[in-house]
Amino acid sequence: MSQLVRIRFTLNGRPQSVKVPPMKRLLDVLREDCRMTGTKEGCGEGECGACTVLIAGDPVNSCLVPAVHAEGAKITTVEGLAKNGKLSALQTAFIELGGAQCGMCTPGMLVTSAALLARTKGRVPGDAEVRDALSGTLCRCTGYQKIVEAVQAAAAPAPAKKKAAAVAKKAKPVAKKKVVAKKKVVAKKKAVAQKKAAASRAGRRPGASKQARRPAASQRRGRR
Amino acid sequence: MARSRTASPERPARKTITLPASVGVNVPRKDGRDKVTGAALYLDDLRVPGVLHGRTVRSTVANARIVSVTLDPAFDWTGMTVVDHRDIPGENCVAVIERDQPMLASTHVRHVDEPILLLAHEDAERVEAAVSAVKIEYEPLTPALNLEESLEKKALVRGDDNVFKTIRIERGDLDEAFVRSDRVIEGEYWCGHQEQLYIENNAMLAERTKDGGIHIRGSMQCPYYVHGALQVLLNLPPEKVRIEQTVTGGGFGGKEDYPSVIGGHAALLAWKSGRPVKIVYDRLEDLAATTKRHPARVRIKTGVMNDGTLVALDADVVMDGGAYLTLTPVVLSRGAIHAGGCYRWDAARIFARAVATNTPPNGAFRGFGAPQTLFAIESHMDRIAAELGMDPLALRRKNAVKLGDVTPTGQVLKESVGSHEVLERTAKRAKYAEKRARYERENAAAEAAERAGKGAKDGRRLRRGIGMALAMHGAGFTGSGESKLNSLAALDLTPDGRPCVRISNTEIGQGTNTVFGQIVGEVLGIPHEQVLVHVPDTDHVPDSGPTVASRTLMVVGGLIEKCAKKMKEKLELFAEHPIEGGADFARIAKRWLKERGPLRVEQRYQKPTGIEWDDDTYQGDAYGVFAYAAIAVEVEVDLDTAETKLLHVTTAQDIGRAIHPVLCAGQIEGGTLQGLGWALMEEVRHKDGKVWNHQLTNYIIPTSADAPPIDVEIVEIPYSNGPWGAKGVGELPMDVPAPAVIAAIAHATGCRLDEIPATPERLMRALQRRGA
Repeated sequence: MSQLVRIRFTLNGRPQSVKVPPMKRLLDVLREDCRMTGTKEGCGEGECGACTVLIAGDPVNSCLVPAVHAEGAKITTVEGLAKNGKLSALQTAFIELGGAQCGMCTPGMLVTSAALLARTKGRVPGDAEVRDALSGTLCRCTGYQKIVEAVQAAAAPAPAKKKAAAVAKKAKPVAKKKVVAKKKVVAKKKAVAQKKAAASRAGRRPGASKQARRPAASQRRGRR
Repeated sequence: MARSRTASPERPARKTITLPASVGVNVPRKDGRDKVTGAALYLDDLRVPGVLHGRTVRSTVANARIVSVTLDPAFDWTGMTVVDHRDIPGENCVAVIERDQPMLASTHVRHVDEPILLLAHEDAERVEAAVSAVKIEYEPLTPALNLEESLEKKALVRGDDNVFKTIRIERGDLDEAFVRSDRVIEGEYWCGHQEQLYIENNAMLAERTKDGGIHIRGSMQCPYYVHGALQVLLNLPPEKVRIEQTVTGGGFGGKEDYPSVIGGHAALLAWKSGRPVKIVYDRLEDLAATTKRHPARVRIKTGVMNDGTLVALDADVVMDGGAYLTLTPVVLSRGAIHAGGCYRWDAARIFARAVATNTPPNGAFRGFGAPQTLFAIESHMDRIAAELGMDPLALRRKNAVKLGDVTPTGQVLKESVGSHEVLERTAKRAKYAEKRARYERENAAAEAAERAGKGAKDGRRLRRGIGMALAMHGAGFTGSGESKLNSLAALDLTPDGRPCVRISNTEIGQGTNTVFGQIVGEVLGIPHEQVLVHVPDTDHVPDSGPTVASRTLMVVGGLIEKCAKKMKEKLELFAEHPIEGGADFARIAKRWLKERGPLRVEQRYQKPTGIEWDDDTYQGDAYGVFAYAAIAVEVEVDLDTAETKLLHVTTAQDIGRAIHPVLCAGQIEGGTLQGLGWALMEEVRHKDGKVWNHQLTNYIIPTSADAPPIDVEIVEIPYSNGPWGAKGVGELPMDVPAPAVIAAIAHATGCRLDEIPATPERLMRALQRRGA
């Protein structure tokens, strides 16, 4: 049995102190010692990204981080994205636009996306930019399309909020007002289409398409 | 994503089309909040006091007699629960269709990673160390490691011929049809294993109950499959076995039959130790030991006319089932029925066999045999087009089934036939003709420039191409399957007056719970959020069948719609006025509960009239209805590295009616990418029968950077027996990507691969053979 060491770090804005073996995976520290099971294990070798957390705002695979490396770190997990029970624009967009299906990659996807949006600071990232940023997190359900859309929608928080309200209204079916509801659907679709177009325009600034893309993960990972 | 609703041309639409309040609207998914906040509890997230960690000791050889099993005396076995085949209270088998697979090997092992011994301990690290302290001595036998070795009977794995199941489908006079054909065109197509690769690995927790039964919780698609298997294993009556689904991180077929194995193992350890036992596979074990898509070899011989009219089909299908039967006969059945593709044949003969090999058993994976045979027939269509000098789209247009056409099983397509609609919409949306011409022009120009020494500045020799594919996919169980399932669904009232859906169909990410809320909400005229969907738990829900075969919404959704109508009728009669919204419903429901007690309505599956199937002749209505998909895939191939980049994908799919368009598009996009992965990069490689690349480092699936933008158009041609016209959508998207990728590569390079995945290695060899 290895010796236990005391490790202190900040988890989702709160100080944490745990006594664990120094080489215990941060993933297990979070799940077992901090009882935060939102962070998931998918492969245990840094390939799938389900265990992604943010350390000082940067996405890392917590299955590859030994506990000692967390000393003094500022860690954010999926549990830290909502503030006082209120979902972030990103979380709302994932729910409404179909970014989450089975939910296993969702925690990793969300924190990675949050890091991207923190970098773009309100600018809507382009399709390739989002795909590159998320390429370390595997999803088997969505084909990534709706995740990319959700991240882009969340980057422009104001319309997302408006849209969320529209969806919430529409979701309440009132039998007598069915015709109205249908009209709203059409109106909403138009709004979404316009917003999407705007988003993709904003994302593809001049020169953006020429920027060197990282090689696809299949190449990066090699074929051993 | 786009949608187009086409009133079924062949039959009047449902009596009155009422505008939807909940159905057809993208409501927020029921489990959304839990999943984006990390609150959703998957099996490994549960905290269970006193839990033991279970591990499985597996064989290291493909075919052998077990000589001895020894526990290393040097290891400290204190506190370790050890289970072998002698500890099984009931029958030593994984009861699915047959009982040929032992839960724990006793005298022989028939594949690498076959379970032999189970261990459990409080300390997860100790039990892991204990696995290597078990010494197993084998007397090795010659194995048959692939379908060719099995056909050659290199080893006898099953019976005296290695054949699990043979299916013959015959229609029309084949010899005559070949005689009158202008040309006979032949091809042979291969596809390999594919891993489902749900992100949550298989995981189960078992506990003995106070009444002498067993309670299993875990990640699964089909609680009643596990329920059946555990009764046999533990020799318990049904009421003593309780199976409860926990939040499940993806299935894709991989959690259809396998949960009976891992659930059985956890149960045996719990039974012997008297403690709760949790088995959570790591990715290595899950990839090495659990079921995969069946590899297949399909030989096709076709008779065609010079104008492209298809006349005769002779298909020979062989699938590799692995060492035990699992669901193989049913997989083969679906594969055989779909082997003729989406086309009219004057005469057809489909001969299909599934054979046994000394490899881990294969099982269900999205599409269930159909993607394999559809890959073959769609690739063959491109071969025919090339040999006739026709455009592949024109060939498909000429031969795709229409309303009233007859399939090889003799099924007349009576309604909701979207084949031409999806084909034309895909071609138009993808600008197929324009791009095909443009890519050909550009490829020729690039080649000419390279010959003249004026190639691209970066020296890369890139070629682009576009390929299409078309398929139909039977929704629901095959043939008499739905009648045999005899599904029962229920709807009742909770004490606080909310309707509660009780079904055994599971939410595994596809959005089942959300759409069931929509269906009930729509019928009762109340908000979908007011509807509860009970956790699939065999103590609390009836058996509404498994969550497979694209049947949950179309079949079980239909049952729940009927339940909701019955409940509405009862409550409105009781209240003596129509239900007016959610608050009114709650008032009426509470008054009912107070005055009349509990309210529960049930609906059992009833075969729609006019659907007949003969299991012996394999003739009749194989499915109630088919869903249709067409796809156009654009690729860019680097001639020097043989790497294929996916540029863009366009697909139109006729699914009858989208109850929740965003969820439907999610199914289509996700299934499409799984198909693209199977086509290009996902390859399970074996060494001496052992899965060699059982890591995510070397079994690779598409990342967001590999995935192309996927443009989806949902086509809605309603089906009269589906709720609001809905047909199955889950499996359909898996059918078309692979052949379209191969067609696009052939268009780009002139080099046609007949085997997938089209890895750079495989494509490079083909390009070199052609001297490109």
